[in-house]
Amino acid sequence: MDNNAFLFQAMVYLAASVIMVPLAKRLALGSVLGYLLAGILIGPAVLKFIGGEGESLMHSAEFGVVMMLFLIGLELEPAVLWRLRKAILGMGGLQVLITSVIISGIAFYAGLPWQSSLAIGMALALSSTALVLQTLAEKGIDKTTAGRSAFAVLLFQDIAVIPMLAFFPLLAITGLANPEAASHSAGGWIESQSAWMRTLIITGAVALIIVGGRYLVPPIFRLVASTQLREMFTATALLLVVGIAVLMSSVGLSPALGTFLSGVVLANSEYKHELESDIEPFKGLLLGLFFIAVGASINFELILEHPLLIFGLVLALMFVKAVVLLIIGKAFELRIDQNIIFSSSLSQVGEFAFVLLSFSLTEGIVARSNVEILMAVVAISMSLTPIAFFLNEKIVLPFVDKRLSNNVKEQREADTVEEKNPVIIAGFGHFGNIIGRFLRAHGIKATILDIDSNRVDFLRKMGFKVYYGDASRYDILLAAGAAEAKMVIIAMDDAEKRLQMIETIKKHFPDLQMLVRSSTREDTYDQMNAGILHIYRETIDTSLRMGVDALKILGHRAYSAQRAARTFFRYDEQKLKDLSKVRNNEKEYINQAREYIEELEAIIQADNQALHLRKDLGWDEDSLIADEKVKKDE
Amino acid sequence: MAKVLILFAHPAMEKSRIHKRLVEHIPKSTDVRFHDLYERYPDFDIDVPYEQHLLLKHDVIIFQHPFYWYSSPAIIKQWLDLVLEHGWAYGTGGRALAGKKFMNAISTGGSKNSYTAVGRNKFSLSTYLLPFQQTAYLCDVEYLPPFVIHGTHRLSEADMDLHALQYEQMLLALGADRISKPEIESCVYMNDLVPIPQAIQS
Repeated sequence: MDNNAFLFQAMVYLAASVIMVPLAKRLALGSVLGYLLAGILIGPAVLKFIGGEGESLMHSAEFGVVMMLFLIGLELEPAVLWRLRKAILGMGGLQVLITSVIISGIAFYAGLPWQSSLAIGMALALSSTALVLQTLAEKGIDKTTAGRSAFAVLLFQDIAVIPMLAFFPLLAITGLANPEAASHSAGGWIESQSAWMRTLIITGAVALIIVGGRYLVPPIFRLVASTQLREMFTATALLLVVGIAVLMSSVGLSPALGTFLSGVVLANSEYKHELESDIEPFKGLLLGLFFIAVGASINFELILEHPLLIFGLVLALMFVKAVVLLIIGKAFELRIDQNIIFSSSLSQVGEFAFVLLSFSLTEGIVARSNVEILMAVVAISMSLTPIAFFLNEKIVLPFVDKRLSNNVKEQREADTVEEKNPVIIAGFGHFGNIIGRFLRAHGIKATILDIDSNRVDFLRKMGFKVYYGDASRYDILLAAGAAEAKMVIIAMDDAEKRLQMIETIKKHFPDLQMLVRSSTREDTYDQMNAGILHIYRETIDTSLRMGVDALKILGHRAYSAQRAARTFFRYDEQKLKDLSKVRNNEKEYINQAREYIEELEAIIQADNQALHLRKDLGWDEDSLIADEKVKKDE
Repeated sequence: MAKVLILFAHPAMEKSRIHKRLVEHIPKSTDVRFHDLYERYPDFDIDVPYEQHLLLKHDVIIFQHPFYWYSSPAIIKQWLDLVLEHGWAYGTGGRALAGKKFMNAISTGGSKNSYTAVGRNKFSLSTYLLPFQQTAYLCDVEYLPPFVIHGTHRLSEADMDLHALQYEQMLLALGADRISKPEIESCVYMNDLVPIPQAIQS
């Protein structure tokens, strides 16, 4: 490939991703689907920029997966693992085991050799870490019970890939072997060694990674860091990963296993975050390239030849995976709504299936025709995931919510008589729980509404009176006793929901006092417009308290610093009110970001007045001294 | 007509027996303004311009508080320190309060006898209130005799109700400007002008 052709290729890949990924993100489909679409677009099916090299490209781009495992390894501090042990081993282990057994069984029943069936079962049991974690984070549900459970399962799967890769060569069926590819993947020279020598070499390599990672790498990084050249650090980090990959391949082990191992070894080192931020962009780009390659290698002719077979497989596969997850979720006491998010989010097949499938092709475990069909199935199942999320959000969950809240109503009717709490707290996360505990410490009873059903169960066990439900809905509020309560504390995370709730309360419970949390100035304005008197900006007190401490550390007297903060607070609240009036008059803002900048500009300009904020003149001697002087002069 | 401003200071109002009653008996009138300092400034963060604005709008300023360690609760001191600024309340050009009246309305556990040379508090209440009196003097403000409720721990419900009525009547009289200069000069406590049985007032 001459230089120009290389540049042209690079341009095609980059251009395709730059166009498709933001587009896919805009359509709420996630970046992975964007890369896949970009691959399809430039692949043989549409624009034909890349043809047969899609597969070889995939091989080089698999290095992105290797880097991803290195990063996952870096994240795996023992403490984190220990905290999640039950979910990882229990949910993850069961998921991989049960799903592989079922899928293998189906494949075997369909007439494939047992080795192929087993390999397919293991490959298809995995879900897509890249796709799911990104989508959960984008939807803001990564911290819910469902999100955490999904993470635990994905973590187990990612770790399980490594023994799987080690296990696959044992499944090789000699008749299917693909000689050139096999020699390409496993180092040639090692084959010529005797068995015990091979074992020795492999053990030595692993030991080298562990010992080297612990004792050799940190001093090297220290040395490189002392050069103060950032790119040298990046180069060293890359060298580390590439070097381990080469070492592993040359002794016939999976590069992914090696880098993962070194990641874990380095998880507690002081260079952890530096390494992460250096490798991250390479991983991102290479993974992107990997997804492009996947997209480009989807064989559309094949899909057109067997549309029913392939789509049937996709649906059956996702159904089986989802049902297994649903049962596991139930066994681990996830509430039905969380369980539905959990099981549907993990029902696709992941990027590691590509790795395992192409590996099984080169190792001669699964026949080429089957691998091609399965590759298409995997790619389609990934493409369907964002759509599954969408359907979940719009159709399934609202339906489930309704059923759950009907239950709430029934329970409510059962215990209306026994107590009527004066306070309702909507949202019992990190904000609401402090208020709730504070009130409880003073013997004030509160009815709590929360949207996370597992948190609800937990709090119920702790003796709180908690309901699951969307607190912005009239029927839920009624069930929670809004008609009799004195006040409602609106402490949910979601600004949009808070506003909806304010509107519901204004309409149906006009006598209920509202104390509302607000996150941004934007929120505060919206709430002011909605007529809320008690607005609590979640950061102002904390940041001012921090400011007070900063002043104190700079040598100011504690009491003066504290009074200055109080003055500033009062001033800022007033400014907010003033600006909110101005804001209502000029509605024509171009976009949110611009609006924020203008806003900030106005605030900072107004702050110049703050320099002249009223000092405590009663404690000031200046005018007394001036007075004395005048008297003396007379 | 005189406008009355009551600067009320009680750090634990919910535990108070006597002040709760006194406050309930403050006449509901636009001429009497009840201003609860601990409620308004729980963090002692006194809004000086606002306080000065209130002072300017009233003629008689009453500090109503329990008598703690021979003085007022802390917030009154904070209020005095911050609000009565040099150049505004006193000193050169400080004439904002000239001609107004200051007064303390106090509750104390000690009996009237205890605040005598032979009693355990040794000095009279008026002696202890000298800082207030002198503050008033420096601001060119007339300092009225205090309204005092003695022996609060021994008072029965009926006694307290009588004191509350006494306070109410005194406030009405002050608001209506019905108390003459000689009357003020003749009394030790303002209570003397609205007599209730001696057994209670001791």
